[in-house]
Amino acid sequence: MARPRKKRNKEIFALGNEAVVEGALLAGCTFYGGYPITPSSEIMEIMAQRLPLIPNGSFVQMEDEIAGLGSVIGASLAGRKAMTATSGPGFSLMQEHLGYGCITETPLVIVNVMRGGPSTGLPTSPAQGDVQQARWGTHGDHSIIVLSASNVQECLDNTIEAFNLAEKYRTPVILLIDEITAHTREKIVIPNPDEFEVFNRIVPTMPPEWYKPYEETVRGVPPMPSIGSGYRFHVTGLTHDTNGFPTSRPDEVRELNERLFRKIDQFLHDVQMVDEVDTEDADVVVIAYGTVARSAELAVKQARDLGVKAGLLKLSTLFPYPRKATEKVMAKAHTLIVPEMNMGQMSREVKRVNNGQVSVRTINKVDGQIITPAEILKVLTRV
Amino acid sequence: MVDMKGTQLIHEYLRHNKKFPHVFCAGCGHGIVLGSLIRSIHGLGLSKDEVCVVAGIGCSGRLAAYVDFNTVHTTHGRALTFATGIKMAKPGMHVIVVMGDGDSMAIGGNHLIHAARRNIGVTALILNNNIYGMTGGQCSPTTPSGSFSMTTPMGQMEQSFDCVELCSAAKANYVARGTVFHVKKLDKMIMDGISNPGFGVVEILTPCHTQYGRKNKYKTPVDMYKTLKKDVIDIDRYNKLSEADKAKKVPSGVFVQKDEPGLEEKFYEMAANCQGGL
Ligand SMILES: Cc1ncc(C[n+]2csc(CCOP(=O)(O)OP(=O)(O)O)c2C)c(N)n1
Ligand code: SF4
Repeated sequence: MARPRKKRNKEIFALGNEAVVEGALLAGCTFYGGYPITPSSEIMEIMAQRLPLIPNGSFVQMEDEIAGLGSVIGASLAGRKAMTATSGPGFSLMQEHLGYGCITETPLVIVNVMRGGPSTGLPTSPAQGDVQQARWGTHGDHSIIVLSASNVQECLDNTIEAFNLAEKYRTPVILLIDEITAHTREKIVIPNPDEFEVFNRIVPTMPPEWYKPYEETVRGVPPMPSIGSGYRFHVTGLTHDTNGFPTSRPDEVRELNERLFRKIDQFLHDVQMVDEVDTEDADVVVIAYGTVARSAELAVKQARDLGVKAGLLKLSTLFPYPRKATEKVMAKAHTLIVPEMNMGQMSREVKRVNNGQVSVRTINKVDGQIITPAEILKVLTRV
Repeated sequence: MVDMKGTQLIHEYLRHNKKFPHVFCAGCGHGIVLGSLIRSIHGLGLSKDEVCVVAGIGCSGRLAAYVDFNTVHTTHGRALTFATGIKMAKPGMHVIVVMGDGDSMAIGGNHLIHAARRNIGVTALILNNNIYGMTGGQCSPTTPSGSFSMTTPMGQMEQSFDCVELCSAAKANYVARGTVFHVKKLDKMIMDGISNPGFGVVEILTPCHTQYGRKNKYKTPVDMYKTLKKDVIDIDRYNKLSEADKAKKVPSGVFVQKDEPGLEEKFYEMAANCQGGL
C-alpha cells in the first residue's frame, strides 16, 4: 500500500518537475549536480534558484551527466542528501556511476523523466522506455529500487519516499516519471514538515578504530559516516572486504554481493508501494504505472459502469517488482492487462510472476502518444 | 644511508590494517609521489581528517588505498567529478585528486578542463608516465610522437598533449610541473597546490619502466630516472635556450599562480548574500 497521506496544508499549482523539487527539499536534499536535458530541465533550473536559499544548500552545473552523478556521489559521501535529474540519453551516461553508487552503498536519488527513444529519440514526447534500463542498465549483478509517479502529487510524495529509501538502505534510488506527468500542472498539497517521515542514514556511534565500513548488520545496512567526520575509511568501486579494501577472495566477494541483494530484498514489504482500485472482486485487473495508470483508472471506472468487474493495480514501486500485490490480484482475476508506452518492459515482470497462471494481455504503444482510456477500455470489455 | 626520520613519517600515515604489499612495480615512480604527498600534507600541518584523497583508475589510482586519510577510489577518468561534489559539500576539506595521464587527459579530459575553468578548490596531481600502466602499456594522450607502446607498435603517429599548456589555457589557478627525481621541489609544488584557493594542477613526470621503459629502449628503471635528471630543467633555464635546444628539454617549475577564490567560496558567498536578503 502507498504510505498514508497525512493532513496537508499549503496548496500550490505545480508542474510535475516542480513537485519533484518540493519533495526533494522537504526530504532534506541539499545538493544538486547535473546537466540539463529536456524534459527534466525544470528540475535543475528550480534547484539552481532554491538551493542557495537554504542553509548548506549547494548546486553545481557539471559538464555532462557522468560528471553530474559523480558530483552527487561525492556530495553524498561527504554527508549530503544529494540528487540529480535527467532524461534517457543522460541516464545512459550515468550507468557506470549508478553501479558505483550500488557497490559503495551511497544514498542518492536520480530522477529520470523518460522521453521517446532509442537515442535522442523524441525529446518532448512521453514514453516509458527506460524501465529495464533502470533495472539492468549498469554492469554487474545488483539490486536496485525504482519508483514511479503517475500524477503531480505523487511526484512530490514519491520523491520524499525515494530519499527515505535511499537513506534507509544506503543505495541509489531511481524515480521514473514520463514527460506528461513532468509537464502537467496540477494542484498539489505541500505537507507540513511534521506530517511525514524523513529518514536519515544511520551514522556510526562506535569509536572510529572499531568501525568497519562494510560490516554485516541486522538490517544488512552498515552505518555510514561522512567524509571528514573522524571515521577515515576507503571507498572503492572494486569489490571490497568489510574494511573497504579491494579483495578477490571468493568468500569475501560472495559475502558482499549477497549482502547487497539481501539488504533490499529482505525488506520487500517496506519497499513495495502499490495502490489498488476496485481490485477486491475484480475478474480483470489492469497493472499500470506512470501517466498510463491515470488512463487505466478512468478505463476501469468506465468498465465497471458497463458491468465489467475491472480493477487497477497501480505500481509506485517498479523494482523490486511488487510480487505479493500481483499474486494477490491474480488469486481472483482471470486476466491481467498491462498497458505501457513501450514494447513490454514491465509486462515481462508481470509474466514472470504470473508464470502462466492467468491470461496476460499487453497494450503497447511507441508512437510518442499516451495510451488513452478508450484504448484500455476496449481491451477491458473484450476479455 | 637510511633516513630513519623520513621512514617514520611515512609509517605514521600508512594504513596498517591494509593488506600490504602494495601493487606498484619495483622502480615505479608512484611510490615516490606518495611519499611526497605525505611530506607535503605533514609540512602544511593538516590533520588527517581535513584531507580527502580522491583517485581515479590506473596504477596511480591505487595510491589512495594505502594512506590513512578519507580516501575515495572512483571510476576511470571521473575522479575530479567526485572531488567537485565533496568540495562543494565540505568546503573546509582539502580535496586532493590523484590521476594518471590516461585517466586525466584521455577519458577524463573533459572533466580536467572544466574543473580548471570552474576553478573548484581541489588539487590535482597528474602522475604522467606517458603510458597506460595498469592495462598493460597502451599509448596515452601524452605518449610522445614516435615512441612505442602496445597499441603503437610502429610508433605513435598522433601528437601528445602538454598537460601544463592544457590546464593553463583552461584557466586553472595554479599549474606546475615536477618530477619524481626532483623530490624537494615536488614537495614544495604539492604544498603550494594544496594551499592555493582554486584549482591547482601539479603534473608529475614519473617513470613506468614496466610498460613504457621496456618498449622504448630503457634498459633499467635507473635509466629512466637519469633521463628525468638530464632532460627536465627549470623553466627559467629553459626560457633562455634556443628553439632547437628547447625541443630536447622539458621545462619544469610553476607556470601559473593566481589566487582567485575557488568556486565553492564564491558559491557560499553568493548563497550567504541570498539568505541574508530574505
Ligand atoms: C570506463 C573504463 N574504461 C577503461 C578502463 C580500463 N583502464 C583501467 S586503468 C586504464 C589506464 C590507466 O592508465 P593511466 O591513467 O595513465 O594510469 P597508470 O596506470 O599509468 O598509472 C584503463 C584504460 C576502465 N577501468 N574503465
Ligand atoms: S605498471 Fe608502470 S605505473 Fe604501474 S606500477 Fe608498474 S611501473 Fe608503476
